[in-house]
Amino acid sequence: MLIFERSSKNRRNPVQSPRSEAVATGIPERFRRRSRPLLPEVSELQVVRHYTRLSQQNYAIDTHFYPLGSCTMKYNPRGCNTLTSLPGFLARHPMAPVESHGQGVLACLFELQEMLKELTGMQGVSLTPMAGAQGEFAGVAMIRAYHESRGDTMRTEVLVPDAAHGTNPATAIMCGYRVREIPTDAEGDVDIEALRQAVGPQTAGIMLTNPSTLGVFERRIREIADIVHEAGGLLYYDGANLNAILGKVRPGDMGFDVVHLNLHKTFATPHGGGGPGAGPVGVGERLLPFLPIPMVGQNENGYFWLTEEACPQTIGRLSAHMGNTGILLRAYVYMRMLGTQGMGRIAEYATLNANYLMKRLSESGFEVAFPGRRASHEFILTLRHEAKQYGVNAMDFAKRLLDYGYHAPTTYFPLLVPECFLIEPTETEDKATLDGFVEAMCAIRREAQSEPERLKKAPHTLPVRRLDDARAARQLDAVWKG
Amino acid sequence: MSNVPEELLYTKTHEWVRQNEDGTVTVGITDHAQDLLGDMVYVELPEPGNSLAVGDECMVVESVKAASDIYCPLSGEVVEVNIALADTPELINQDPYGEGWLFTLQPAEGGEREELMEADAYQELIESES
Amino acid sequence: MPFIPHTPEEVREMLEVIGVERIEDLFSEIPTELRSSITSKKIPPAMNEMEIGRLMRERAARDGNPLCFIGAGAYEHHIPAAVWELATRGEYYTAYTPYQAEASQGILQLLYEFQTMMASLTGMELSNASLYDGASALAEAVLMAVRANRKSKSRRVLMPLTVHPVYRKVVRTIVRHQGIELVELPYCTACGNIVPDSLASLSGEDFTALVVPQPNFFGVLEEVDQLADWAHANGVLVIGLINPTAAAVLAPPGEWGEQGADIACGEGQPLGIPLASGGPYFGFLCCREQLVRQMPGRIVGRTVDLDGKPGYTLTLQAREQHIRRSKATSNICTNQGLMTTAATIYLSLLGPEGLERVAAACHDNTRQLLEKLTAIEGVELQFDGEFFHEAVLRFDVPVEPLLKRLARQQLLAGYPIAEEYPELGDALLVCCTETKSEADRERFAGLLREAMAEMRGS
Repeated sequence: MLIFERSSKNRRNPVQSPRSEAVATGIPERFRRRSRPLLPEVSELQVVRHYTRLSQQNYAIDTHFYPLGSCTMKYNPRGCNTLTSLPGFLARHPMAPVESHGQGVLACLFELQEMLKELTGMQGVSLTPMAGAQGEFAGVAMIRAYHESRGDTMRTEVLVPDAAHGTNPATAIMCGYRVREIPTDAEGDVDIEALRQAVGPQTAGIMLTNPSTLGVFERRIREIADIVHEAGGLLYYDGANLNAILGKVRPGDMGFDVVHLNLHKTFATPHGGGGPGAGPVGVGERLLPFLPIPMVGQNENGYFWLTEEACPQTIGRLSAHMGNTGILLRAYVYMRMLGTQGMGRIAEYATLNANYLMKRLSESGFEVAFPGRRASHEFILTLRHEAKQYGVNAMDFAKRLLDYGYHAPTTYFPLLVPECFLIEPTETEDKATLDGFVEAMCAIRREAQSEPERLKKAPHTLPVRRLDDARAARQLDAVWKG
Repeated sequence: MSNVPEELLYTKTHEWVRQNEDGTVTVGITDHAQDLLGDMVYVELPEPGNSLAVGDECMVVESVKAASDIYCPLSGEVVEVNIALADTPELINQDPYGEGWLFTLQPAEGGEREELMEADAYQELIESES
Repeated sequence: MPFIPHTPEEVREMLEVIGVERIEDLFSEIPTELRSSITSKKIPPAMNEMEIGRLMRERAARDGNPLCFIGAGAYEHHIPAAVWELATRGEYYTAYTPYQAEASQGILQLLYEFQTMMASLTGMELSNASLYDGASALAEAVLMAVRANRKSKSRRVLMPLTVHPVYRKVVRTIVRHQGIELVELPYCTACGNIVPDSLASLSGEDFTALVVPQPNFFGVLEEVDQLADWAHANGVLVIGLINPTAAAVLAPPGEWGEQGADIACGEGQPLGIPLASGGPYFGFLCCREQLVRQMPGRIVGRTVDLDGKPGYTLTLQAREQHIRRSKATSNICTNQGLMTTAATIYLSLLGPEGLERVAAACHDNTRQLLEKLTAIEGVELQFDGEFFHEAVLRFDVPVEPLLKRLARQQLLAGYPIAEEYPELGDALLVCCTETKSEADRERFAGLLREAMAEMRGS
């Protein structure tokens, strides 16, 4: 039932609205609203019950193992929420003067900038992009600004591996570039020969992630960097998979000129059912002048904002204020709790868990996409044999996993591997949970053999059964009409 | 096993082409293509009267999981488009070579065309891709 | 190790299964010359929750608890306690994007309700499931209008100077590489809004879209009907940029002119989102049904399951980056899930009557504040146009030192606009929401009178 369907005409919550009658004297008739907006008329108890019950229909990290590859569904520490929701932080207006009413929050943001510089091996960091995709946009826009500042108008192409996340080519187009795809070889690395053929004076840069979306480390990264740099292009690092190498390798040392980070992945900020995220960008020397504003500066008087005046060549602003401050603060608290030693352990245990899970699944008879490679923090299974033999596909497996109390891994990404599962356990899961997942996968495969319909019609135990996607698109119903 | 009618010609991007008696050609997507794309939900048809060049991305078919560009197999002018697809895009899934046709073209004089292949060559192509 | 559960025995067992001696061996594929390690120089040693708690409390306290009369795109409203108690439930807080629809019916239904509320509030037919913030939503609206307006080839978008200056900057940053020209529309310095007649000279030229703010950055109301009708008569799409609280009393974009606006967008922060130094907020984007395929961001649709039972799922995903890739409508991946959860709960608690009262109280409080302040010598109302809940005041003393004085007394008097609007001189944008009492307004007036007198040396 929708909240609107629980409404009763004229039901009110007087305790939550101002006491005076709605009048608004002085607003002439021609500006006024003629219709009443369709909002619920329900009691506070009805609201609480309705949204509490809805919350119970969601799978979440707090309730389920969530091995979604490339999403890094690690535990979101509660302390991060409590400490960033202190009244002093929550009530501060973004335009409050920082000299007198902002040194506290700016201190946190400045220190966050410094820590991210260190972890990425970069010279400058801007915290403003509000999501990974915005960070990507900033990164590619800075590459563009760099070439323009050199008077080089020949650079019209951005290279993207064919296994890349969809935001990469979409971003390049948004920045006015053409996209050229580079194939991946059988081992999961970028095809170096194809890359050599593809670079030239038209190459603005290449967008890569390392480890790649295939879950393996790009071993010849320095060679790739040299090839692109020699052709005059720059290297952009998609930080989606940073959890695999945090503290072990720095993108700056691999030869990248610009990186974006996903704080909602690597740094444990909450996924919130789809957002908000935060996608800070870091740059090497060449791109420093172009960083998006504002950034936090520090002098003997304290902290202040660096804006258009201090950064005349900036690519500009990406948000009305300074980005998703509340999310940035959560990442800051997380990083302070990890500290020097903890920061280095993330990648170790994420990699340990991924390799353990990969080994156990492979020993149980599942096919790993790149059997000769180590897993990074994630790995790919292909269910193509099961598909051929039993007529069940990755989607069917995924839906049946939901019945077993697991959120399914990422399916059908990357596009290169047929019927694939991209599995990322993260470092916050214990061995027993991983073992339980293996057992569930084996049980489902047995079902695929004996009663495949169980998978094809899954899920069976959730509030709804499998949904008709085609109908949702063909007969668009996105707004309740009563 | 995908259906590949003998009398049609095919492109490597999975369009089919039928030579009509009046000199026009009709274009659609193959059974293999509709199977890969899945349930069709929306079709963006070209405008009748538009001139197209060979290889142009002339329209889009959208399924639940993918939106696919259709490439014009030969240069010419769009004569007719299958407006039934606006309400019933699933015709492409149900009858890709019949009711699911996309548009007809009047080929340009001496206009370029893609290398069109015969049924068995196309059959080989789709076998090699799977 | 913070948040890492492994015991040494478990680690040993796991390494044995994998077939390596140490965890270090798992990194063998990474060339040694690339390896680095973390030093305590830049990454300080770990703190436990108690210790970081102390630090954060100290820093939060440092930022004070001033009486704040700044609006300028971020508004202080009463947020019922239930909003965040519910929104921070783990099932909402730690859920991911609802790609597995059957396991996410809670958030999906909530988003469907959100879309319904926003569509209705803006008077439009459809809404998406939110974008990052108001400024980037405006940028997306501009991109959308350019894609949607087939009849216009110019890619020129009319952008009034009464649109929030930072929003204009953000739009420029985001659209500049797509061959889109933002054409500034001047405003009347006496009324504080766009004079519809001034558009007459542009009739017949090719423009793709017109952005109309309501209220505008100065808090002044625009003549939206006339502006919308002019645009449609000239083949120009109308993008309404609105304040969602104001939409409870003001005519929403869907009711502008003869045909209503084509696209509506804005900042959703006033709907239950705390000020929090500027984010996270959320942007909303709504449109006519015909334009839906050009709309970026996520959309939730209602459908049925195998048993014919109603259910919710993400739909029209073929427009989005994870499928369309280079041809996507945008590169956007997230929506602001948690914020839309809060906003939906906020709107449910207030209802139409409650939201109307909030809007009316903001207008009335601002009116009363302005009466008090303009009674002070040297303080004048800049514009004679109608306002919603903000107004520009002009002072006969320099504004920067005035603000500093008042800030020292824990009063944030308003947002100085001289930098972006030098033609207005020593001016402040002042806002008074329903959160300010009569005593608060008195305090403002009292401190202001004193400060100005001191500055004049009397």
